Amino acid sequence: MRRVVITGAGTINALAEGVAATHRAMAEGRCGIGPLNFPDADRLNIRIGAQIRGFAPQDRFDLSKLALYDAFTQYALVSADEAMAQAGLEAAPDPARWGVILGTAGGGHTTANDAYRAVYADGKNRVHPFTVPKLMANAAPAHLSIRYGLQGPGFSVTTACASSNHAIGLAFQMVRAGLADGMLTGGSEAMLNFGGLKAWEGLRVMSPDGCRPFSADRNGMVQGEGAGVFVIETLEGALARGAAPLAEIAGFAMNSDAGDIVMPDRDSAARAIVGALADAEMAPEEVGYINAHGTGTAANDRIETAAIRQVFGARAEAVPVSATKSMHGHCIGGTGAVELLACLMALREGVLAPTLGYGTPDPECDLDYVPNTARRGVSVGAVLSNAFAFGGSNAVLALRAI
Amino acid sequence: MRSDVQNQVLSIIAREALRAPEDLRNEMTLDELGLDSLGLVEVIFAIEETFDVSVPFNANDPAAAQFDISSVGAIIAAVEKLISGDTPSAAVA
Repeated sequence: MRRVVITGAGTINALAEGVAATHRAMAEGRCGIGPLNFPDADRLNIRIGAQIRGFAPQDRFDLSKLALYDAFTQYALVSADEAMAQAGLEAAPDPARWGVILGTAGGGHTTANDAYRAVYADGKNRVHPFTVPKLMANAAPAHLSIRYGLQGPGFSVTTACASSNHAIGLAFQMVRAGLADGMLTGGSEAMLNFGGLKAWEGLRVMSPDGCRPFSADRNGMVQGEGAGVFVIETLEGALARGAAPLAEIAGFAMNSDAGDIVMPDRDSAARAIVGALADAEMAPEEVGYINAHGTGTAANDRIETAAIRQVFGARAEAVPVSATKSMHGHCIGGTGAVELLACLMALREGVLAPTLGYGTPDPECDLDYVPNTARRGVSVGAVLSNAFAFGGSNAVLALRAI
Repeated sequence: MRSDVQNQVLSIIAREALRAPEDLRNEMTLDELGLDSLGLVEVIFAIEETFDVSVPFNANDPAAAQFDISSVGAIIAAVEKLISGDTPSAAVA
């Protein structure tokens, strides 16, 4: 089977635009969570989030095209531009053999929110003519395909909080199996609007005051937004065209709890981790860092800890595990892509992103969570990135340094 | 005689638990009634809609909420207190 490497990465999220700036923010332990700012935010009970600030789409895109771009497409395009530039590509090298698979949960959620506001709240009888092509969940990969001439497979996958990991895993499998030679992959989410937050608020799982994964005083998740996009291709292809691999995607596993619609399941999560290790032919001893799903909810953090213990046994305490949602918020369908950046930082720079907000140890969360301060000078040869979504959809990626 | 509030809360819980209201007793827990975390969130939503109140409740930390859900009777008492205005607003729920 063919080896698959990442040759470009790009992002925009609440911490920063750009991978280098995001890595700096993670290494400094900066928090992107603050007061939410959008129409009617004052009617929310939950008023904090990791919102992208200072992004001016009118300065970044042709106005004629911008009319077709929901924020989730804008974030994907900005991230893809950065990833393509790093990979040294202006367009797909072999259009029919290159494609794009992105994760998103809400798609063009803000476009839908605005249209509903117009017809229901404002009493208007028409919405913008591009409402459908803006809100459809495949808008982001479609615009990436148009921009870079990606004529191979192109689609979105949507598995709530695991969407990005599923997208990256599928893209990896397709390139490894020879169904494509290269892919743009990752995920994007822009659900920070009144309707989106109201829906989350209703489930009673949101924190009113901060994201504190694995800490005994955690009280829920904090929503974020943003995108991460990666260029992946065969190792052989990358070397042939003189591109520098950033890391190797070594394995992937996905499964389903087939249990509760919102409660995670330890055995199923553990099975996904074991599956990713097996797929990568990676011994547990190789793993030097785990990017946790780590949402900051009571249930996830306890069950994820138990799953890691189940897989790693006594060695679990020796594996640093961090939850970067404490910094960039829970970017839902885009979160796995943003979190993969922390994995690249661990593999390439030997810096482990911290879990912010960690205060009081929880007896049921008893691993090394890299609390509050990044760890530097660590030699990491292999990492895992966990995603355990609502719906019981689990997806775990395994990467190696190259 | 049960008050209107008591009857309304009972019928909300009974509906979620797929029981008849008259089968419910004050000392019953939601667990006994087979209500899981999603069922509880639906009960709270129905209470908020019925009585036009905000219930301070976070599923991550039910114990810290100023809204006692330990039994059917406790929920009725908590709703009565909430309607009387003795419980802080749900802004910190």
